[in-house]
Amino acid sequence: MKILEKTVLSDFQGVRVVKMKVFAPNIAPKALAGQFIVLMVTKDGERIPLTIVDKGKDNITLIFQEAGLTTKLLGKLNVGESLFALVGPLGHATEIKKYGKVILVGGGVGIAEIYPVAKALKEAGNFVVTILGARTKSLLILEKELKSVSDEVYIVTDDGSYERKGFTTDVLKDLLDKNKYDLVYSVGPIPMMKRVAFVTKDFNVKTLVSLNALMVDATGMCGCCRVTVNGETKFSCIDGPEFEANSVDWDELTKRNRIYDSQEKHICNLNKTLE
Amino acid sequence: MPKDPVKVKELPAQERNSNFNEVVAGYTEEEALIEASRCLQCRDPKCISGCPVGINIKKFIQQVTLKDYSGAYFTIREKNNFPCICGRVCPAEYQCRKACVLTKKDFPFASKESINIHFLERFVGDFGMNNKLAISPSTDNKLSRFKVAVVGSGPAGLCCAGELARLGIKVKIFEALHNSGGVLRYGIPPFRMPREILDFEIDYLKKLGVELEPNFIVGKAKTLDELFKEGFAAIFLGLGAGVPSFLGIQGENLCNVYSANEFLTRVNLMNAYKFPSSHTPVNVGKHILVIGGGNTAMDAARSALRMQRINGIAPDTTIIYRRTEVEMPARRLEIEHAKEEGVKFRMLVSPKSFFGTDSGFVNKLTALECKLAEPDASGRRKPVIIEGSDFQLDCDLAIIAIGLKANQVLTSATSNLKTDKYGDVVVDPLTMETSIKGVFAGGDIVGGEGTVIEAMGMSKKAAQAIIEYLKTK
Repeated sequence: MKILEKTVLSDFQGVRVVKMKVFAPNIAPKALAGQFIVLMVTKDGERIPLTIVDKGKDNITLIFQEAGLTTKLLGKLNVGESLFALVGPLGHATEIKKYGKVILVGGGVGIAEIYPVAKALKEAGNFVVTILGARTKSLLILEKELKSVSDEVYIVTDDGSYERKGFTTDVLKDLLDKNKYDLVYSVGPIPMMKRVAFVTKDFNVKTLVSLNALMVDATGMCGCCRVTVNGETKFSCIDGPEFEANSVDWDELTKRNRIYDSQEKHICNLNKTLE
Repeated sequence: MPKDPVKVKELPAQERNSNFNEVVAGYTEEEALIEASRCLQCRDPKCISGCPVGINIKKFIQQVTLKDYSGAYFTIREKNNFPCICGRVCPAEYQCRKACVLTKKDFPFASKESINIHFLERFVGDFGMNNKLAISPSTDNKLSRFKVAVVGSGPAGLCCAGELARLGIKVKIFEALHNSGGVLRYGIPPFRMPREILDFEIDYLKKLGVELEPNFIVGKAKTLDELFKEGFAAIFLGLGAGVPSFLGIQGENLCNVYSANEFLTRVNLMNAYKFPSSHTPVNVGKHILVIGGGNTAMDAARSALRMQRINGIAPDTTIIYRRTEVEMPARRLEIEHAKEEGVKFRMLVSPKSFFGTDSGFVNKLTALECKLAEPDASGRRKPVIIEGSDFQLDCDLAIIAIGLKANQVLTSATSNLKTDKYGDVVVDPLTMETSIKGVFAGGDIVGGEGTVIEAMGMSKKAAQAIIEYLKTK
């Protein structure tokens, strides 16, 4: 659970995206693309899920944006310090096989989460196209890494500060208009994943999203992460985290992810010194 | 003839319902002596057969009357590794006390005249704890070369570990959460099960040489096969009944509709009642409804009421149950405590739909009135909905406490482990051995939800079978 390496990938107006390599000999040998871990920074801390971005023999790589108190505390840890708790690998792994031509759409810190899947799909012999979206150039992460595992890479920024100005879904639609693809895989902010689902619906292409529902134990015990998929209640932690994009009740997920917004604001205000 | 039963001292309701301090104070020595002296010392004691682990109740009570408290402690420990825990959470009124001859015939649970066996057990257990009484392990050289893996650190796992470690077997417990105790920690609130008691009992196991590995999910981090390859000679599965059931009604995924597991885990395991110094939040409503009639519903309602007071909200927590109080599976003591603390009860009500605000938070429950049908073959009276009896209840937070299903994280990853249609692990009832040789199971993952002591009963049986199994190796 010791932090082995730490890199700040981006720092925009005080919002940092941090990459950490963590000693995890029980998790690394089993971790597969699409799976996640749950960690606690301190003994009083929250349990939060994070995707396993990469792994070594005895370590895993995590990438996170300092958004709430827990991720800010995590970002404060330095090499040599330890997490209080780390458990995994959790959730189902992505089904990796030769689909043919696949598109991966990553938005914001979600780019980190499509990386292991892109890499595995490439190794499985797929033609991998990646679309990366960021608010602005300095927030774009893992460009080099994704380029190394993709056959084509498209980059968009909301403000046009780098490459094409616009949204990932603009590119997605262009690609689907021109060619047939066998799989679309997307991770990012809920509004983006929802738009991806909206776009691909007309093209009859299998579309998977990895959901970022709130979790506590993440082993199916609490039901905090329940989502409605195809009209049925599913637990993101044990049934997911991946689901068919067009079956997800996005409005419900959006609302459920805001359950503790006021507490988050309160606790962040109390801990202003961390900023 | 026996004196009146000695009532146990409790924190007054108004003092206890804004904190999580233990409610029941337990007997003093004087009280224990009086209560023990009421025991008739029957020639053919029924109470013992009412105990899932067969504690020699008659003997330990007699030892109490002789003030031989350490003797009493060791009498209990012969059969039960955790008297401090069981003395606090056992539903004695359905077990030993119901079997006590002082219980009136045909009573659905123990009548109040029966001996307060659980309070005496707790008195003796606490005496042992406070006086650091410990069983000296009787190391069996033939067995001490073996390592056994225990999966899950709840009542079943802890009990099995204790039984094996006493004989010098090296036991390692794997626990998925960051803290041990299973339902004793995440489910049962500190006002019923103080954390220092739980820690003491777990530390005791550590002193017996039991190793604990938290944050480890068997089935994910390692398979059962891999554990065998690492040199574990046998494996015990005490996985618990992990997955909360929901009602399956409209609006159940609205914000602030919690499973009891989630609400209690946030409060008990993650200490949300200490937010913000503890970082995990939990919401607290003005009108809280708890659906269910078991111990978990009582725990959830009493915790919710405390959260309301801690947050300066006028307490308004109501338990909704489809049957009547007599059919409630909860311990009678919990029902009484809940009432004393101000939890309201609304019986013969069946929830229909939740409704919410535009931002997705629950604000209303519609429900139907019920009546009870005549007893069926099993003697249980089914609730029957009265058509057209729809009504509404204000509800800005709901807690669903209607039971649990098997957690399948491990079982689904272990293809040769046989499960039944409920997902529970199938075992040989005599040995608790599963379909995989050398793998045993007990507790809620076998046969569904039960009590702490029932889990321990199964674990003891499994531990015995594991010992026999190791002897053949």
